[in-house]
Amino acid sequence: MRAPLLSVEAVTRDFDVSRPWLERVLEGEGRRLLRAVDGVTLEVRHGETLALVGESGCGKSTIARLMVGLDAPSDGRIEFHGQRRQMIFQSPYASLNPRWRVRDIVAEPIRVLRLARKAEVGARVARLLAQVGLAAEDGEKYPHEFSGGQRQRISIARALSGEPDLLICDEPTSALDVSVQAQILNLMADLQSRLSLTYVFISHNLAVVSQIADRVGVMYLGRLVELAPAGELFSHPRHPYTRMLLEAVPRIERTGEPRTPVAGEVPNPLAPPPGCSFHPRCPHADERCRRERPEFVDAVACHGVQEGRISFAR
Amino acid sequence: MTLACVGAALAAPWIAPQDPFNPAALDLNQAFRPPAWLEGGTARYFLGSDDQGRDVLSAILHGARISLGVGLAAVCFALALGVSLGLAAGYCGGWFDALVMRIADVQLSFPAILIALLIDGVARISLPAGAQDAIAVPVLIVAIGLSAWVQYARTVRGSTLVEKEKEYVQAARVIGRRPLAIMLVHVLPNVMGPVLVIGTIQIATAIITEATLSFLGVGLPPTRPSLGTLIRVGNDFLFSGEWWITVFPGVALVSVVLSVNLLGDWLRDALNPKLR
Amino acid sequence: MILQAKELRVEFRTRRGTLVAVDGVSFCVARGEVLGVVGESGAGKSLTGLAVMGLLEPPGRIAAGEVWLEGRRIDALPHAALRALRGRRIGVVFQDPLGSLNPLYTIGAQLEETIRTHLGLAGKELRGRALALLAEVGIPAPQARFQHYPHQFSGGMRQRVVIALALAAEPILLIADEPTTALDVSMQAQIIVLIKRVARERGTAVMLITHDMGVIAETADRVAVMYAGRIVEIGAVRDVLHAPQHPYTAGLMASIPRIAAGAGRSRLAQIEGAMPRLSEIPRGCPFHPRCPKRFERCLGSRPELMPVGASQAACWLHASAIAQR
Repeated sequence: MRAPLLSVEAVTRDFDVSRPWLERVLEGEGRRLLRAVDGVTLEVRHGETLALVGESGCGKSTIARLMVGLDAPSDGRIEFHGQRRQMIFQSPYASLNPRWRVRDIVAEPIRVLRLARKAEVGARVARLLAQVGLAAEDGEKYPHEFSGGQRQRISIARALSGEPDLLICDEPTSALDVSVQAQILNLMADLQSRLSLTYVFISHNLAVVSQIADRVGVMYLGRLVELAPAGELFSHPRHPYTRMLLEAVPRIERTGEPRTPVAGEVPNPLAPPPGCSFHPRCPHADERCRRERPEFVDAVACHGVQEGRISFAR
Repeated sequence: MTLACVGAALAAPWIAPQDPFNPAALDLNQAFRPPAWLEGGTARYFLGSDDQGRDVLSAILHGARISLGVGLAAVCFALALGVSLGLAAGYCGGWFDALVMRIADVQLSFPAILIALLIDGVARISLPAGAQDAIAVPVLIVAIGLSAWVQYARTVRGSTLVEKEKEYVQAARVIGRRPLAIMLVHVLPNVMGPVLVIGTIQIATAIITEATLSFLGVGLPPTRPSLGTLIRVGNDFLFSGEWWITVFPGVALVSVVLSVNLLGDWLRDALNPKLR
Repeated sequence: MILQAKELRVEFRTRRGTLVAVDGVSFCVARGEVLGVVGESGAGKSLTGLAVMGLLEPPGRIAAGEVWLEGRRIDALPHAALRALRGRRIGVVFQDPLGSLNPLYTIGAQLEETIRTHLGLAGKELRGRALALLAEVGIPAPQARFQHYPHQFSGGMRQRVVIALALAAEPILLIADEPTTALDVSMQAQIIVLIKRVARERGTAVMLITHDMGVIAETADRVAVMYAGRIVEIGAVRDVLHAPQHPYTAGLMASIPRIAAGAGRSRLAQIEGAMPRLSEIPRGCPFHPRCPKRFERCLGSRPELMPVGASQAACWLHASAIAQR
């Protein structure tokens, strides 16, 4: 079997959020560490779309930055076996330099990475803009002249101009309207098949993920709790948190039905619960869950599932 | 309006009716002549003459030139120093940031005039006497500049900290650009805006600082007066009736400063791509 | 009817001319009913909410139309009267809970101030009412949390506090502008349940503005779909969402990703183009450039809302159907 394009091995990322040195000394406080990513292991296979989902504070954005090389893990290893990786960001407004023209924005990777001769750059930019559904004349304009959806297209063009094998997408459609989102998602799917791209797609929106992902990883408080092929995850979710997430998604099919939402909310990542971090909200938690952190075995990290305590009937 | 002022000041050596700095051209007999439209005035001394027979109009033109020159240069120097330090401090963070900010804090606890005085005084002592007059202007520029860089550094640092987190900077890092390139090419254009506006307002402050220093004797020598010096010197004659010696330089100073401020506003708007 | 808007028109006077952001919008909300106002960005739904509340900032203004609250006309009231009305009879929940709460006061103090101002209670009664409100919106341990500051609450809890504040004066109308957008999915679900309960138990009329169809599906009784400043379809949620009559609504519903077990990767239906800018709204039906079912009439004349089955849609397709009968 071919080696994975990207492998993440037991990666942990801590952030030092201690108060300034002087205040700490005066109050006798120790250092405070925020563990944004906690021992995550997974791999990204050639040609697939791997989605990572979770709510705020689950570490998915941090892991995106780790995967693309913007940040280094505090522990563990990330190995990239491809040539180049690029990233698409969430905010269409902050991801383009407002003082640069679009053609320069899109050309920057080509120039920096020296992927073409000076004379060819203009033609390449025009081709890329056409590929994402924009006109060549749009290169002369500034970002603020475009709508949110168009700006994301420019971001995609910029990422593609770097000729990447792996494209990490951090919530690329979260800031867009539904109809624009559909256009962008379709565009990304087309580009993937045409250019043989591999995507890592970060999102909090399970519905979006169900449309575009091959495999889905669910994260909670920095840990990977479940990782399964998309079809499986959505029809037979195993981890209690995954089930809770799926239950909580507002559904159009459920018009007018009463519902009982799950109680509780995501705890403060600075003080995660001991043992299994989900146990305060889990209907199946027992003594072991409170004490012992579950290992990620057989694509899920849950004592209840591993012991066979939780049934799969839906 | 700015163009008129600046233009006139620059052209001073050619259009002034009299070279006020050439002692030979002075005629003490013509001293204290009132402006042309009052009784006793002549067309030759259009705005009157001062105690040494210098034509006030010429003095204003030359003085404006010097004032503007010194003010502009000092601000440019402060800008260059402040912006680069602020940009680097904001972008790099860590110990460099802490160091620069502490120096800035320390300097802020001293009044600007004192700092300028200090630098100028040190320069005087350490340089040979003959070179002093020639060096006086550059030293003055450096002195005023060094006393003012801190505010630019702070403003730029604050803006840099904000811009640094924005995703277009992250994108540049993903592409693989070096930090220096990112700072200059991406961050700098986006943080310069407020700095330019502050800078143009600061030209006025610089001119006034320079006038104060000159009055105290550590700025420009009295043989090459600036607008500020003229105002100060002419002040003495205000109550003896020769009001024109101080009033006209004063009016000139106000209009120069006003037009420079307007220029700054226009400049900021012109450089904003969103308004094009 | 608690709230009635009739032919509401909101204009912006700019250097380049007058822009019409809301064009002839009419709707009503009954007691205890949740009306969802859904649309994409730029459709004018937030502006409609602001217009109803009288919170439009210049250069925006209500150029035409009427707003009636409980039988009284309120859009033409003087500022002071409208302000008093707004606090007392209309409660508002905005998208960002952090911005809606004053960080310098405890939430208890803010609650009490609102109750005191509008209901005139004091002392023990005041405290009791405030605590009851906190309990009603589902804040656990209200006595303890009474003394807490906004930053000590999580996002979802803060939004509950904001809802409590909005309900403090016993309003007859609650306007919620994207109340769940900034929250996590699990929080969203809880807030949806809360809003439904409030409408049912208190009989408050609710105007829920959002771009999220899923939230509308679960919370609203009736829904109005807005496009380019107009309502293009309005009716019961079940009808509009499952049997949309307007091509835009149909296109919107088709482009929403759904979790269908076992469906896997699929291509989403998409509507070509984008919503027109206010300065470039097409003649005739504003949706016609993007509409797969357009014909001659759509280019020239603008359709008004006309009855189609149990709901109403502004589309010439249905006029021809009626004419043919």
